[in-house]
Amino acid sequence: MDLNILWFILVCVLYIGYFFLEGFDFGVGMLVPLLGKKDEERRAIINTIGPHWDGNEVWLVTAGGATFAAFPNWYATMFSGFYLGFFLLLLALIFRGVAFEFRSKIGSPVWRNTWDKLIAISSFLAAFLLGVVFTNVVNGVPIDGNQIYTGTFFTLLNPLSIIGGLAVVVIFLVHGANFLSLKLTDGMRERANKAAKVMWVSALIIAAIYLIWIVFSTQAFVEKGFVGMIAPLLAAVTLVLSRVFMGMKKEGWAFSMTGLTILFTVASLFVALFPNVMISSTSPEFNLTIYNASSSPYTLKVMTIVAIVMVPVVVAYQIWTYIVFKKRVKADPETLHY
Amino acid sequence: MDIVLLSRWQFALTTIYHFFFVPLTLGLGIYVAILESMYVKNGNPEYKRLVKFWGKLFLINFAMGVVTGLVMEFQFGMNWSEYSRFVGDIFGAPLAMEGLIAFFLESTFIGVWIFGWERLSKKMHAAMMWLVAIGTNLSAFFILAANGFMQSPVGYVINNGRAEMVDFGAIITNPRALYFFAHTITSGLVTASFFILGFSAYHLLRKKDESAFKISLKLAAVIGFFATVAVIGTGHFQGMELKIAQPMAAAASEAHFETQDPADFSLIAGFTPDGKNVTWNVTIPKALSFLYYFKFEGEVEGINNLQTQYEAKYGPGDYVPLVALTYWTFRIMVALGFLMALITLVIWFYSGKKFPRKGNWLLKILPIAIFFPYLANTAGWILTETARQPWAVTGLILTKDAVSPNLTPTTILISLIGFVLVYGVLMVIDLYLLIKNAKKGLAAGDSTSEPLDVVAVEKTSGGK
Repeated sequence: MDLNILWFILVCVLYIGYFFLEGFDFGVGMLVPLLGKKDEERRAIINTIGPHWDGNEVWLVTAGGATFAAFPNWYATMFSGFYLGFFLLLLALIFRGVAFEFRSKIGSPVWRNTWDKLIAISSFLAAFLLGVVFTNVVNGVPIDGNQIYTGTFFTLLNPLSIIGGLAVVVIFLVHGANFLSLKLTDGMRERANKAAKVMWVSALIIAAIYLIWIVFSTQAFVEKGFVGMIAPLLAAVTLVLSRVFMGMKKEGWAFSMTGLTILFTVASLFVALFPNVMISSTSPEFNLTIYNASSSPYTLKVMTIVAIVMVPVVVAYQIWTYIVFKKRVKADPETLHY
Repeated sequence: MDIVLLSRWQFALTTIYHFFFVPLTLGLGIYVAILESMYVKNGNPEYKRLVKFWGKLFLINFAMGVVTGLVMEFQFGMNWSEYSRFVGDIFGAPLAMEGLIAFFLESTFIGVWIFGWERLSKKMHAAMMWLVAIGTNLSAFFILAANGFMQSPVGYVINNGRAEMVDFGAIITNPRALYFFAHTITSGLVTASFFILGFSAYHLLRKKDESAFKISLKLAAVIGFFATVAVIGTGHFQGMELKIAQPMAAAASEAHFETQDPADFSLIAGFTPDGKNVTWNVTIPKALSFLYYFKFEGEVEGINNLQTQYEAKYGPGDYVPLVALTYWTFRIMVALGFLMALITLVIWFYSGKKFPRKGNWLLKILPIAIFFPYLANTAGWILTETARQPWAVTGLILTKDAVSPNLTPTTILISLIGFVLVYGVLMVIDLYLLIKNAKKGLAAGDSTSEPLDVVAVEKTSGGK
């Protein structure tokens, strides 16, 4: 296996890590105004992700950085091509980030409700945009022979990518609700469990439409044949299993299953993409691949050493933080920070 | 308007804005970690109250630094795709390492620190803040290694029409990167020192929590003095390196037009409206040679001579940066540096037992002095980034060739206006929260078991 393939896998792993982790805290963000009736309850909801969301977001920063380092042309084409999409994503992430820190600093209900709404809207927008971006990468966008994007912002908003965005949103909602039923107590735990079940129905419908559509309509998937269908099937199976565990009140299992759904969904896109990193709808000759978009062998070697040492260390200390904060969060202002 | 100009404005605004928050994060994290370690050692609850007080201000500032930093990482690809293609092989690596080695560290452990007061032992909890402080400063290192390459490229060859890395060691031991790093982290400490001095003085003037704020005032005076001296020292050596690696940038920052030996130092000058030439100039004979060589002789190349050389080497074009801007930002930065060194020295001198009675006038200056490092930091970055122009990477790629070719002026205007509006609103909110919390002073005496006093906020502001 050459280093280009290894880095394709590593970038995929970083995005899986990001979608898995930020997946539940985007979900939790969207659920703040929906599940929290009183201020204490909303604070409890925010505090379940309080110690973790910042560390989760770094997975995106690192995935972006790794894309830049290993596949500079991919980074250059995607970020300049999807310019306004990424601009909106940045605004969403900016508002979300400061909202967590700012909302509880002032007691006024108007102030807090405003930030709570912003948390929900920005979480929704970020999740939706990420779905749009990745669907377009796989489905193909106009790219010319110089690896330059020739479409507009509205090229990115097509029926498939919009369904992709919505699929990400609903899967994150279920994932977030599962996380909350794992982290909250008493009535709120019940409410989260109920919400997970309700939203699971729409998640199943939208995710099924999305996966069937993308598997059978896009060139990238069709070319892979059966291999391309394995991960989407596993995504569907785990999504169904998550409902079974929700019914059995096995919250940890239900959460793990939606986590696997996310893992398999992201993986299915990368499997279809390989060995390309961006599909050109203008001509297959203009596809960006793991070879024509990559860094030099020397840079890949340096980065491989750093990644092999650091990724396990990061994973280890992030797991440790979940162990430190394994206790459920109570809606009791004495123990809340945000 | 053209896309290069608009992209440059957006990059300048978002970078300057981001760097309002970074230095305080770099320095204040170290202060909070020091104070918490002192608390672990002496068990004095007053120290814990100080940790929580400065820690809360740290967090408000930290959040802004993190979210505005995201913009920086995306922007290279969004607005400068040709730059990203050209140097991605080199430039991407330190950015990815920043994520893996530094940013994960600070962002993960800041969460543990915020929520971990009851879950961790005192020692462990203090260790979390040390990890955050180490992470933020390591972050600065990788970013500055990347920027160092833009100023003074090393460890590369031009291959396949792009710059490719051949020596990673050279890139992270780039003299420019090391000077940058030393200069920036000491600037961070200076920023945090003046922040602490200013707000401590504010409370001492109102005789609030006097014993506690005296502790932080004294600590900041001592560290602040050494840090300011170190900023001046590292700045000087960085300037000497600048003259070797970027003689044009050095000459522009001194408005030094003609090659001279010995060279005169311009004390103050007037500029033509386009900022590219001087109309009058007050100079100290031989002083510029002394600054670079520590003796009153030695040749210093001038702008005109360098322009001729560059035209011969790179073809026709204007290789002179905006001289007036580099000249004045340089002077503002240096003047503030010396002023701050003086302030910390005086306050250290007065900070004995009789303080604040004897140095009361000083206490009144200090809250205003909070702005000095911010002005100096901003001036420093404007100098660094504009003195390099017209290059994006010195000698390798021009800024005008670095822009994303697919963008339209309208697209960039949308994002530029968007950032200005959002950043403007957030600045107002951030300053309001920062000043409000800073003025409120220490939390109630019994706050030792509370996870940061959100409860007190609610009580005082009458909310739920």
